[in-house]
Amino acid sequence: MAEQFEPKMTAFVCNWCTYAGADLTGTSRIKYQANVRVIRLPCTGRIDFMMVLKAFSRGSDGVIISGCHPNDCHYTSGNYHARRRWMVFRDLLDFVGIDLERVTFSWVSAAEGAKWAELVNEATNKVRALGPYKEIQQLAAVGID
Amino acid sequence: MSDKYIVSETVLGALIDAAARSGRRILGPKAVAERIEITEIKTASELANSGQSTVSAKGTVFPKVERLLRYRFEGKNVALEDVEPQVQPTVLFGIRPCEARAFHALDVVFNWDYKDKFFNTRLANTTVVAMSCTQADDSCFCTSVGSRPDDTAGSDILLSTLKAGGFVAEVLTDKGKALVALAKDAFQPLTGDAGLVPPATVAPAFDAKVLQQKLAAKFDSPLWAEQSLRCLGCGACAFVCPTCVCFDIQDEADTRQGQRLRAWDSCGMRMFTLHASGHNPRDKQSQRWRQRVYHKFAYYPERFATLGCVGCGKCSRACPVDMNLKQHLVEAAE
Amino acid sequence: MEELHNKAKELLSSGAVKVVMGYGKGTGESRRPIFVRMAERASDLVVDSGCTQNLATYLTKAEVCALGRMAIVAIPSTLRSILQLAAEKQLREENVIALAVIDGQLRELATFDAIEQAVATIPDAISEADRTMIDKLVAMSVAERRAFWAAELNRCVKCYACRSSCPMCYCERCTMDCNRPQWIPVASHAIGNIEYHMVRAMHLAGRCVECGTCGKACPIGIPVHLLTFFAEDSVRRQFGQKGGASAKLDYAMSTFKPDDKEEFIR
Repeated sequence: MAEQFEPKMTAFVCNWCTYAGADLTGTSRIKYQANVRVIRLPCTGRIDFMMVLKAFSRGSDGVIISGCHPNDCHYTSGNYHARRRWMVFRDLLDFVGIDLERVTFSWVSAAEGAKWAELVNEATNKVRALGPYKEIQQLAAVGID
Repeated sequence: MSDKYIVSETVLGALIDAAARSGRRILGPKAVAERIEITEIKTASELANSGQSTVSAKGTVFPKVERLLRYRFEGKNVALEDVEPQVQPTVLFGIRPCEARAFHALDVVFNWDYKDKFFNTRLANTTVVAMSCTQADDSCFCTSVGSRPDDTAGSDILLSTLKAGGFVAEVLTDKGKALVALAKDAFQPLTGDAGLVPPATVAPAFDAKVLQQKLAAKFDSPLWAEQSLRCLGCGACAFVCPTCVCFDIQDEADTRQGQRLRAWDSCGMRMFTLHASGHNPRDKQSQRWRQRVYHKFAYYPERFATLGCVGCGKCSRACPVDMNLKQHLVEAAE
Repeated sequence: MEELHNKAKELLSSGAVKVVMGYGKGTGESRRPIFVRMAERASDLVVDSGCTQNLATYLTKAEVCALGRMAIVAIPSTLRSILQLAAEKQLREENVIALAVIDGQLRELATFDAIEQAVATIPDAISEADRTMIDKLVAMSVAERRAFWAAELNRCVKCYACRSSCPMCYCERCTMDCNRPQWIPVASHAIGNIEYHMVRAMHLAGRCVECGTCGKACPIGIPVHLLTFFAEDSVRRQFGQKGGASAKLDYAMSTFKPDDKEEFIR
């Protein structure tokens, strides 16, 4: 029987809300799929789109980006700036032909342990159905003689 | 002593087919949208019948990105994996004589002190069938640098157009003979006068020897600052150039494994000579522009007894701000 | 054109400017950037439909700035670039005079306010051909777009003609130059090229004046300007802000509204 494909998910999360929320998921003993590798940043405002590109070109099949709800940012406005960036970056990703189904944006607060689990499960299931991101991974060898 | 044959377009087509069947990759200048690219061709009729490719054919022997080695981190050890260049035998079909001549300028560097196996393997596996020029444009200056529109230097076979249609094929090397042998029966030996279309007229614009002498006294001239005012310091000229050979080496790795790549570099870029200390001996564009001219027209002949330029004019055509090199060189040779 | 020659002569001989930067006859039918410093050479300046390169890129080039106070022959996109550079504090008002050619009329614009007013009267327009191409791309499927850009960007040789010719790419140390870490690969393989061009488009979103000089500069013929146009379009559509409209900074990527609307954040 063939091994089922398990997607590699990378999550860029802010320290104060989503990371804490993910912690709560754990302490609440809520189970969720283990495919996600969590990268903790002080704030979503720190997330550079280059990181998202790198995640895909380095082998991620799906990317999750999550932070504090608008108005709740620990640094007051970091997530507002992040939202602006995502609104343009998402358009550009689509324009260049990156599959937006593989990128999930969310606001998850420190109290939303259950939401984090749901989010990860949903995103992972979606990407599992889409399969490995061969198109980008194959590109990694193109253009090198 | 070279062999000359008459070949029709049909015969050329048969040669290309035979070459492809023998497992060779056939590359030639082909019109794609509004440009001419060196790309795979299947028939001689696909070749662009005038003009030159934007980027030179040097990518066949010196690719824009090339893997040199791979490595893996195994515990405390590093497992190195040497890369053997995987090269399919290739025929460069229909490139210009200036581009064929250029391989020598690359060769002198890649076989200077260290014999570069990547370049050498690729060159050994490449057969050059050049097409002499019956037309030239404002940017060409092959005759100023010791070449001609029907120069044989660097070619394994040189094709020249016949007035009556078809070509004369001059077979110059063993590699050329080996290629012709694939379709030998179709090649008719040339007897008597061929009736060639006259080669293009490219009036010499300057004398390269005079230029080399003048350069010796012009290092501190304000000429370089003046000429380079509009230069943007990009790499367009260096990357389209068939003789430019500078490269950068980059390691791309993560915590488990990596690869070492060689990529084209340009002396026109600001960071080319940036030291780790922060000092940059060529911090101004005028210094970098001067370096470009001296490297090709003074240092190369001094070291390698050959010019670092074949007068193809690709640099001038590619430059976004019209740094017409021929004009600049004429001025420098005054 | 004679008006321009006279104006240039006047500015140079009075010492008001040290250099008049504009277009001159190039190879064949082309036009090239020229830097007129002697009044007698003012007649070298040319203004016609072949003058399409955005010369504002030279306003931040050290060797040109060192020449002294300058006048620049300005097509509409150059005027917008001057405003954007001013907004980003890269230009001093007293250092530059714009010699704008608007509707066949020469206008000397010596203040940023004057330039702003002039720009407000010029309609934004990217060419038909470019608009059609963007629409065509937007209408394609994701896979078709990916194939298009992968094929185009695989041909890129990372010469940086695009970056060097762009007036807004004036950073002395570009993000590409950072090597600890090396965010975007130096080598011009496919994935590295895609990353570079996407990063450049993002860094220009909200700052791009849509001159298209990057696409024209590309020696390989890759329509890189379509990426920056698209990013600029996305900013304009979603936030109503755009590059090159004012000498007062109104940069979409460094401002926000608490109620920016989107529908994709879960």
